[in-house]
Amino acid sequence: MTAKLTTVRAGALTTVQDSGRYGHAHLGVPRSGALDAFAMRLANRLLGNDPDTAVLETTLTGCALQPDRAVTVVVGGAPCPVAVDGRPVAWGTPVGVPAGAVLDVGAVTAGVRSYVAVAGGIAVEPVLGSRSTDLLSGLGPSALRDGDVLPVGTPARQVATPVAAPWQGPPTELILPVRPGPRADWFTPAALHTFTSATYRVSAHSNRIGLRTEGPPLERAWTGELPSEGMVLGAVQVPPDGRPVVFLHDHPTTGGYPVIAVVAEPALAAAAQAAAGTPVRFTLG
Amino acid sequence: MTSHPRLTARPAGRHALLVELPDAERTAAFHAELLRRRAVGTLPPVREIVPGARTVLLDGVRDPEALARRLADWEIAPRAADDGDVVEISVRYDGPDLADVAALWGVGREEVAGLHSSRTYRVAFCGFAPGFGYLTGLPAELHVPRRATPRTRVPAGAVGLAGPYSAVYPRSTPGGWQLIGTMPDPGRLWDPMREAAALLTPGTRVRFVPTEDAA
Repeated sequence: MTAKLTTVRAGALTTVQDSGRYGHAHLGVPRSGALDAFAMRLANRLLGNDPDTAVLETTLTGCALQPDRAVTVVVGGAPCPVAVDGRPVAWGTPVGVPAGAVLDVGAVTAGVRSYVAVAGGIAVEPVLGSRSTDLLSGLGPSALRDGDVLPVGTPARQVATPVAAPWQGPPTELILPVRPGPRADWFTPAALHTFTSATYRVSAHSNRIGLRTEGPPLERAWTGELPSEGMVLGAVQVPPDGRPVVFLHDHPTTGGYPVIAVVAEPALAAAAQAAAGTPVRFTLG
Repeated sequence: MTSHPRLTARPAGRHALLVELPDAERTAAFHAELLRRRAVGTLPPVREIVPGARTVLLDGVRDPEALARRLADWEIAPRAADDGDVVEISVRYDGPDLADVAALWGVGREEVAGLHSSRTYRVAFCGFAPGFGYLTGLPAELHVPRRATPRTRVPAGAVGLAGPYSAVYPRSTPGGWQLIGTMPDPGRLWDPMREAAALLTPGTRVRFVPTEDAA
């Protein structure tokens, strides 16, 4: 028999995430998947799980879970206090949670999203090849609510001995390397210069769809309407207010605002952990 | 950027190309050619092929620049009007914007059904929501603007018009399209548990069939 986790406290926004849905973008299906893929993979490796096994992604306030059988978990990503039945336990390394005990993942002390990996993985039914919650189009399990019960898969028989885990700290300044295009020519030369030289700040309106920024608006060379076109993960879209939005994993597959540049995918893990107000710089490279 | 008399390949990050075509017809032809080449194994691995109004995005490509150079040599035949699967969608022409659309078309409201259902459409691209297809096929004189004020809720199955496109809403969402009718069985449009999740995929041809059936 495998374990089940009962949600004692769902937190502000806790979702199931794996590496996401591929191959359905032409049907309007976003990729989804863990925003901080690096943290998800490291947490899974520490438990002997396949790196892309489904985990829980919390937002700022953590969550609390009660297993009906003993489970082993890793809480990583954004640093936070972790407790089992009120007693502090280690963050970022495997921890045993006895049957009936409550694992409390506290509010982040830095960053935005903590990850809760369980040996065996979160075993909800996959939809189109992924267990990820897709907040844009509503595919996969809905965001966690108090009382929700999540099935756990069968743990790997041999768990790798944890080595020193190279967790990345949340950024104090977010540096996003970009390549111009596909619509850099829709902007004035002055806007292109501003984009790669000004300091923006992460907006509190950011979410799993996009990292919104505050800062100097980017002026378009013309104001024509862009017919809907496909959008990639990391696309920096510029809506009419001129403030760049970096598309994250739940982004729409097509859009009608010009994309000035694209952020390299490995840099998006840091973007997922950049709290509101964090300075952002876009650099060519 | 690689330019060509018929297409322009624009960079979209390290692993994608946005290929821009002169018009919707050549976009459909280029998309069909991509699918043909993928089926016969002469296209390098591409994770996502996402058509837009006048573009096709190729995402998850190992060497986008090399692919851009190869595209320049492709011979792309126009897509035959009768090429592609046909899907029939029943419609009750009872939408709340029927009178407005009739006025924009300069016809009586009872004539909208005949004008809309007498042609064959093609899914140009999908987006907005899973299962939502943008259908081309209305002649320019029947294109209508979006509503000045979008609705906060459009019911699933609503058949709408906006610009050159017709579409059916797969589920209830906010929306600004002019609503002319209702598909009685909108559950056919999208079912992620079905082998083919979407009824309307890019390239599919669509006929609207007037019906009096209630939902």
